[in-house]
Order: sequence, then structure tokens, then C-alpha cells
Amino acid sequence: MLEIKHLAVAVGGKEILHDVNLKIGVGETHVLFGPNGSGKTTLLAAIMGFPKYQVTAGSISFHGKAITRLSLDERARLGIGMSFQRPPVVRGVKTRDMVTACLRKRGDGELIEKLAEKTDLADFLDREINYGFSGGEIKRSEMMQLLAQKPELALLDEPESGVDLENIALIGELINELLEKECPIVDRKCMGLIITHTGHILDYVDARTGYVMCQGRIGCEGDPHEILKSIKQKGYEECTKCLVRRFH
Amino acid sequence: MSRVRTSQTHRDKARAAAEKPAALGKDIDLASYSGSADEPAYQADPARLPAPAKEQMLGAGVMLDDVSQRSGTYIQMDNTPVHSSVREEGVEVMPVSQALEKYDWLADYWWRAVAVDTDKYTANVELGQYDGYFIRALPGQKTVFPVQACLYMSQARIRQNVHNIIIAEEGSELHIITGCTAASGKEPGLHMGVSEFYVKKGAKVTFTMIHSWNPEVAVRPRTATVVEEDGLFLSNYVLMKPVHSLQMYPSARCVGKRATVRYNSILVAAAGSSLDVGARVLLEAEGARTEIISRAITTGGDIVARGYIEGSAPEVKGHLECRGLILQGGGMIHAIPELKGNLAGIDLSHEAAVGKIAEEEVEYLMSRGLTRTEATATIVRGFIRVDIEGLPSMLSAELERAVEASEKDVM
Repeated sequence: MLEIKHLAVAVGGKEILHDVNLKIGVGETHVLFGPNGSGKTTLLAAIMGFPKYQVTAGSISFHGKAITRLSLDERARLGIGMSFQRPPVVRGVKTRDMVTACLRKRGDGELIEKLAEKTDLADFLDREINYGFSGGEIKRSEMMQLLAQKPELALLDEPESGVDLENIALIGELINELLEKECPIVDRKCMGLIITHTGHILDYVDARTGYVMCQGRIGCEGDPHEILKSIKQKGYEECTKCLVRRFH
Repeated sequence: MSRVRTSQTHRDKARAAAEKPAALGKDIDLASYSGSADEPAYQADPARLPAPAKEQMLGAGVMLDDVSQRSGTYIQMDNTPVHSSVREEGVEVMPVSQALEKYDWLADYWWRAVAVDTDKYTANVELGQYDGYFIRALPGQKTVFPVQACLYMSQARIRQNVHNIIIAEEGSELHIITGCTAASGKEPGLHMGVSEFYVKKGAKVTFTMIHSWNPEVAVRPRTATVVEEDGLFLSNYVLMKPVHSLQMYPSARCVGKRATVRYNSILVAAAGSSLDVGARVLLEAEGARTEIISRAITTGGDIVARGYIEGSAPEVKGHLECRGLILQGGGMIHAIPELKGNLAGIDLSHEAAVGKIAEEEVEYLMSRGLTRTEATATIVRGFIRVDIEGLPSMLSAELERAVEASEKDVM
């Protein structure tokens, strides 16, 4: 279980997230909606433990263990994984090296080939990671790494942005595999927190709970499809107004 | 000791340049080093050379216990050839003194690519001429395995003079691994090595040179290559161990149509090492191509990474890539890429970057579960791992092994 209580996060001394509360049970998938700049990526980065994102109040616990003070790599080894919206290019480091790192000696070359086949990236294993990759290739590469990493909490930052329709379907399939959607709910081990601006990913991946984040706060929580419907009808402006009424 | 006898003209020019400082690099006082040395005995079986020497040579990619994967072997200790042999047909390997005795025509290649009066180092190689290797691939002969050559400095304060001639005759293919190294320890020494390469029409030469010196050795190679029509010269240079001072600026002239030259260099400067290394290519014939790639890492030493491409014929193309990484420990990297075009329609480009490892990249790898140290090591390993187009897979593997063997010193 992931439990976030009264979390405040600052970047460069400026508080971006305020009093965020969120709880994801084992095997559950939750979706976080919000306009650009609302703090969604900051939340994911703070859960993952990027040093730039300073927790100034509150706590994050994972399977009952306080992780707020753990380093980025310690959290990764504990079972938290993240797909990046815009991962960096690392010249000289090959896609294969990244997948190998994610496997942490759990698999061999054959498994890497299989993962590459599955993500339609067989020709990319010996290319430098993210160098000259298209939007869809980046997303598939991120999913390939997460499938190798096998996290118990997958943080997915805008998995559908910059991806064409054909690729979204494949990415949806890969997310479903990562989140063990083929298993009965009680048997699922992997939790998911998906950030989406447009909500397109919900056409491919089912989620239990949705949230709307505006101005660094979680405004509402409920059925993700209902929330999306409301956003489509009224836009994020209405969510922002609602938050302003409640918190100011 | 066999001294090479060359022409009076060369000797006159050399005498005139005996005190001429080099255009680049710290000036070395030649009088601090001795030109004479004990002469080790010739060894017919290279596996019987002293074990410590073999171990040093192995660190520079020269394997003497098992030469089954080599088409020929040449070993020079200080100024004396101690072994030369050939295992494959179509290739000749011998001391250059012997080759000059055997072939009258070889005099035409002597100081043709490199000018004898370039500087005091070339001049003194001529004046203090001892020996070097002669490697030749016969017309149309394609060697499977590489020829290996080792220039080994065993004595303190020695001045090693070397003059090598490499000829790939028309349509031939030749692979060479040269390991240059000194006896372990911190004894000072000076290595002056002249190498002249002649890549004839349609021939291919890959030349992989691994330097593994010690922190007190000064090194002044002087190398030039002439590539004829449809010829290919591929040079890979690796220096990952400390050296006191190294200055070299090998040059290649593409004199025939579609001649191609590629230089790849991996340089690591530890604290106290001073490197001034580059590659210069002159594209003088239509359709000639070149690519110069260097990767420089400093862990405390100074590196000047140079590159120069000059295009003076139609449809030539050249690219220069120079990337430097400053790791913890400081040091300096000065990248100097230069391009000169003398004609419309040529295509020359360069990219250069010097910096530290980006924190964003380290964190990306850490988010996959690698520790900071593992992430940094992965990025450094990737930085120095250059995929060399056209290098046979066996040589790629050997190069990778040489790089891996030195990686721990860098980390």
C-alpha cells in the first residue's frame, strides 16, 4: 500500500504541493488528472525520491514503511518504478544497458530480447537510450524498462502524451501487463498511479480511483470516468474555481 | 644493434632540425635521456620473453603466450628488435632495418609521409636511428588475424627511437594492433615513434594502438598516412593509463578519389598527466571522407583534444566530434576542433562538448535501482565505449577488453 499524508513538497525553496493526501491499496490503479503545471509530475517525482523535490511536511509510506528519507535508488530497489514523460538522452548508454540495470540480475539476454520484441523495440536495444527516439518510442522504451524492473508501485507520467493512436493501444496493453490486469483483483501485487492530462489512457487502462490536482492540491476524488466526463464538459477551469472556493 | 642506413639528404635535414622545438606540447630535453641501451637477445619464441614484460605487454593488448589469433608479431625492447614472425601468407613483418636491406624500393617510402625535419623528435629519430617495424600486406591479400607489434621500454631514462613503415598494397586488407608500454614502475623515459602508413588503391588498414605507459614517461609519436583511391584507413587510439606528457597530432592525406579515413581516440588523463592529442585529415581528392571522434576524460590531468579537417576537392565530407568529461578530481579539457574549406560544395561539420556528467542522467539510472556509483560508472563506460564502424568484431572485442581492463582506474 502507498499512503501519503499531508504532504508538502518544495522545489528550489518554493512550495509546489500542499497538504496532499492519497492512499493506494495493493493491486489498485489510480489516475491523477490535472492541467499543465498543477503539480502532478512533482507528486510523482516526490514519491520516487528525486533530490530536487524536497518534502517539507507530511509523510510517504510504502507497504507500511516510511520512505520519505530514503534515497531515489533505495526506493527503486524497494519496488517503486517510474516511467518518465521526457527522459534524458544518455549518450553512450544503450537501451540494452538500461534494461539490464532494471532486471538487476533477474534475467538474461533472452529475456531482454523478449521484452524488446513485446515493446516493438528489437532494433533499439543497441541504440543509445532515448537518442533520436520518437514520442512513441520513448514511451515504449520506458514501459520496457518498467516491465524489466517489475515494480510493486508503478508511477506513470503522461504515458499517452505525444503518442499516435496505434502506439497508445500498445502502450495500454503494456501498462495492463505491468499492472497485472489479467489477474483477478485480489491476486494483483502491482499498484499504479497514472498521470494524465487528457484522460485518453482510460480508453485502454481501467482505474479504480481518480483525483484532480490543481494548484498543487488534490481537489476531488472519485470514479475516474465520471471525473473525466466532468472535465470534458466543464474543463479544468471549473476544477480550479472549485478548489479556490474550498481552500481560499 | 642494427642501425638503419639512410640517405645523406635525410641526415643533413635532420641535423638542421636537431634542436627545432615541436609546434605543440611541452619541450623535452633530449639530453636527459640515454640513446644507448643493453641489447636483449633475439627470442624465436615470444612466449619465452620475461614474464613481467609479457604481463606489461598484455596490458597493452599484445598476447605472446598464444599467437594463434595473430597473423604476425613484432617485439622491440628499447631500441632492439627481439622478435618478429609471420603466421599468415600474404603479410610481411620484420625489423625495418632488415626490410631496407631486402627492398631497395623501400627508400622511396622513407620520410615520405612524415618530414624528417618536422621537429627535433623526427630529426633525432633519424640521427639516432635504431629500428622499428616494417609491416606489409601484399597486393590483394586480406589478412584474417591482426599483426601485433609491441614497443617496450625496459630501462630507466632510455630514449626509444622508432621508425615504422606500414604498406598495404593494392586491394589488400591489413589489421594491426600496436601496444606501447614501459616496464612497470615509475622510471622516466622518452618514446619517439615515427610511423608512416601507405594505404594503396582499394586497400584497407585498421590500426589499433594501445598506450600503457607510466607517470614519468614522455611520448612523442609522429605519424602520417597517405590513402589512395578507394582506400580506407581506420585508426583507433586508446590511452587510459597515466603518462607524464604525450603530444601527438597524426595526420592523414586522402590523395585518391573516395579515400576514407576514420580516427577514434579514447583518452584518460589522471592527475599529473598532460595530453595534447589530435588528428588531422586533408581531403585532397574527390569524394574523400573522414570522421574524427574523440572521447576525453580527465580525473585530474590536462587534455588538449585537437581535430582538423581540410577539404580541398569536390564532394568531400568530414565530421569531427570531440567530447570531454571532467570527473571528480578536476583537471582541464581544451577541445580545439578546426575545419577549413577551400572549395564550394564540400561538407564539413563538427560538434564539441566538454562538461561534467549531467545529474539528470545519473538520477535517471538511479531511478532504475542503480546506486549513484553504479550509475556514474555506467555513464562513464558508455562515454568511452565508441562503436567503431568497420572494425572487425574480433578487434572490437579486444578493444573493449583493453578499455574494460583500465576502467577501474578511471572510476
